Amino acid sequence: MRLELRGITKTFGSVAANSAIDLTVEPGEIHCLLGENGAGKSTLMNILYGLLTPDSGQIVVDGETREFTSPGDAIKAGIGMVHQHFMLVPVFTVAENLVLGNEESRGGPLGWLDRRKAKADVKEVSARYGLPVDPEALVEDLPVGVQQRVEIVKALMRDAEVLILDEPTAVLTPQETEELFTVMRGLKAAGKSVVFITHKLNEVRAIADRITVIRRGTVVGSAEPTASARELASLMVGRDVRLVVEKEPREPGEVALSVRDLKVTDDRGFLAVDDVSFDLHAGEVLGVAGVQGNGQTELVEALTGLRAATGSAELFGRQLVGASPRAVLRQGLGHVPEDRQHDGLVPDFSIAENLVLDQFDKKPFGGLLTLDLDAIAKNGADRLAEFDIRAESERTPAGALSGGNQQKVVVARALQRDPSLLIASQPTRGVDVGAMEFIHKRIIEQRDAGKPVLIVSTELDEITALSDRIAVMYRGKIVGIVPPDTSNEELGLLMAGGSGDEAEAAAETDAEAVAEPTSETDAEAAGEIEAPAEPAAETPAEASTEKSAEESAEAAARAPEREPADQSSESADE
Amino acid sequence: MAVATIAAAPTAIAGGTEADTRRYTAGATQIIMGLVMLLGFGLGTRTAHGASTTFGMTLVSKQGTHVPDWVFPARPVIVALAVAVVLLGAARLAVQLPRRWRLIGTSVVLFCFTFAFMAWSAADPKGGERLILPSVLDSMVIAAVPLVLGALGGVVSERSGVVNVAIEGQLLFGGFMTALVGTATHSLWIGVIAGVLAGALMGLLLAVLAIRYLIEQVVLGVVLNLLALGVTGFLFKSLMQTNQNSYNNLTPFTTVRIPGLASIWVIGPVAFDQPLIVYIAVFLVVLVHLGLFHTRWGLRTRAVGEHPAAADTVGVKVLRLRYRNVMLGGAFAGLGGAWLVGNVGNFTENMTNGKGFIALAAVIFGRWSPFGALAAAALFGFTDALASQTSSLQLPIPSDLLTTLPYVATLFAVAGLIGRVRAPAADGKPYIKG
Repeated sequence: MRLELRGITKTFGSVAANSAIDLTVEPGEIHCLLGENGAGKSTLMNILYGLLTPDSGQIVVDGETREFTSPGDAIKAGIGMVHQHFMLVPVFTVAENLVLGNEESRGGPLGWLDRRKAKADVKEVSARYGLPVDPEALVEDLPVGVQQRVEIVKALMRDAEVLILDEPTAVLTPQETEELFTVMRGLKAAGKSVVFITHKLNEVRAIADRITVIRRGTVVGSAEPTASARELASLMVGRDVRLVVEKEPREPGEVALSVRDLKVTDDRGFLAVDDVSFDLHAGEVLGVAGVQGNGQTELVEALTGLRAATGSAELFGRQLVGASPRAVLRQGLGHVPEDRQHDGLVPDFSIAENLVLDQFDKKPFGGLLTLDLDAIAKNGADRLAEFDIRAESERTPAGALSGGNQQKVVVARALQRDPSLLIASQPTRGVDVGAMEFIHKRIIEQRDAGKPVLIVSTELDEITALSDRIAVMYRGKIVGIVPPDTSNEELGLLMAGGSGDEAEAAAETDAEAVAEPTSETDAEAAGEIEAPAEPAAETPAEASTEKSAEESAEAAARAPEREPADQSSESADE
Repeated sequence: MAVATIAAAPTAIAGGTEADTRRYTAGATQIIMGLVMLLGFGLGTRTAHGASTTFGMTLVSKQGTHVPDWVFPARPVIVALAVAVVLLGAARLAVQLPRRWRLIGTSVVLFCFTFAFMAWSAADPKGGERLILPSVLDSMVIAAVPLVLGALGGVVSERSGVVNVAIEGQLLFGGFMTALVGTATHSLWIGVIAGVLAGALMGLLLAVLAIRYLIEQVVLGVVLNLLALGVTGFLFKSLMQTNQNSYNNLTPFTTVRIPGLASIWVIGPVAFDQPLIVYIAVFLVVLVHLGLFHTRWGLRTRAVGEHPAAADTVGVKVLRLRYRNVMLGGAFAGLGGAWLVGNVGNFTENMTNGKGFIALAAVIFGRWSPFGALAAAALFGFTDALASQTSSLQLPIPSDLLTTLPYVATLFAVAGLIGRVRAPAADGKPYIKG
């Protein structure tokens, strides 16, 4: 099926989300739609899927103009969509989800459900495309990767010829991403087309047949998958992006934060941080690396007063353990929490209000009883400009921003107070290349101003790019503090629990396992990544932000023939 | 994959959990109940002097085989039950039982407590006081019918994502229209149909305001209840009170006796000699259950109540389904209102008197399932019947306090039996496209 979008325009208020977009998807191709957060990719796809109606423009399927007023129309035309937030009913079984809206009923006006046939159909389709799903499993019990598979099966059961995948890798582990790519290639081989929406450059180059880049609602160009990451990045952002963090070597100052014998338990009562001790110096970035769930979250929560702990953590001689979050903030903490949606922002509050959440009770923003609304508004407007937060005004609710812009608000709040200690968890999660470059720059500025900075990230690339020293956490312990020029293999081994033989063996097994299913395309892609063009420069850009650390560890532990160029450290650059 | 196991849980250090707290609370509550039974019922003055309990076993108002009274010594029986309850409570405290056994234990405790209360209330040294068990059950059925129908209305509406606090108003308006139209047409059954349509109309009003105008649904429900109360109250005073014969005078329902089954020992007359609507209500429970869990309508209804966007993206018309379900729910409640009127033959101002809210409680206690709602409604109906049937027995408990019995019992039942309940995820959340 050949799908054409002609001159699609859609405006929300005064903002043009899409203006005159042309796009053609040929049968049997993997077409990447690349663009920053908020560039208008999802709007375009929602129009294609009948969820939004365009102001003008045409959708042409196999030469025939079609009008979609509801997803039902799009489905009938052979378009399937896997949304970024899955459209599955969590309390339903897989089979129930798959037949919903498309129920085979055993005759009669009563619409009696034929569960046996539903199960058989699911099994048939999942076998035909090699997408194993258990029709009787409850969706809420399934890992996200499998839920996504269910979504794909759902589209295929409705005879989709064009499958839209909206940021599908954002929630996936690296193995899952690899599996997804295999599935995508399989679909392509079966003659289906895939529209793959993403802002991750390395993925685009690994899988795409054709690339269309969208910026601020317009198509700014198309590219071949052979284009370099840098070319793609500058096309996407609209300017030349420095893909490397520039930082001068710097002598660390006195000890600023001294952590001794810190023990923290998690929600379930398990010991999550087990006897951790380290020093953080003024003018130093200490990166905490590790696979997600090895105590990093609890460590940060203990240091910021959000979680009870035993032991000691002194910031310039003042005890943080046992202090309330407010007391810790009073000492000048700037905190970028791990989950901006959950802990970082009040979505219904305006940007200006969110920006002063940690100092609303201090001058100039407020006093004992009142808030200085003018000062708050002015601060909001200033930060909007300074951090290039894309919003109509500082009065816009934070929840209405795109993820990357939300993250900028959180980072701006932590930095504007000139923190005595900056703790940033996943500082660039879900953020595109342009914003990432900016946030990294600001973090390094803090360091250069002689501030202690603690970065927690599951992205090895981010850690190695920013850190002066790297602490690796494994099962609640710091298993090593190493310099930033440590190789990714070594870091990966540490993240997997030290340099034991087991880990090495695992790495080898993995290498084999991954090498095997690698198809031609994959090999090509890998070849490109290895291409010496600008190996080091690519790294931070390609720190595809929402990968879990499992991925990084895995990547590191994985075959040397695949990832080293991609993930090589910055040290060479310095 | 070896690497995948890295994120495995760190070592456990503590054991104190929510489950333990729950166990202690439940165990202690049961022991206290046992002590109340022992000291209040078993060893109280009412059971002194060799008093015996008399349970009447024949429902005089309905024809059936005569069953002799059940007489037994009050004190030993009640004390034995009390001791059993204390032991069960202690067992609950001591060990963490599997869920199944916890449920059985709690049910046994509740049964013992209720039985002890009844035995105590009908205990008399002279043998004059008696509690007629089939009467209690018969009142239970009559009290439960509007609750079941109201709760079914709630289930159907809330399963599709619209909170229905307006059950009370739907019952009331349904009842009013039954009386009005039934009297005018001299046909109770045409009145019943009018009541059903009136309920559906109230449902439509709720649906339009909630779905189209996105009004907060709980507040909306309360307002609709007040509207129904005001309108029916006004019309009752201006029409019905002045001219009862032409606007508010019906021949009540007659019972339909099912031959054979109605002769079953004790329960026959209660279960199989009732007005048609009682059977209809039970039939509707089964029908809604099958509909919700075994048909296309049910699958879509539940999907819309859990994740409307997901349903929308596969072509289900979310809003249309919600309109339909809320109206259907209103129709069920309207039938409940018709029952209230048809049971006594006329409408009185505010005759629902909070039954709609109890039905709403039954929706929640019944976990949004038809059979759960039926069980909850039966429980409410039973305690209600117990309170009214024992009020003539000159108990040393003020009758006002006795009427709170249904609610107290519910609290215990909910704490012990249900635990945390989960509403449909999108319940009360309007769906806005795009």
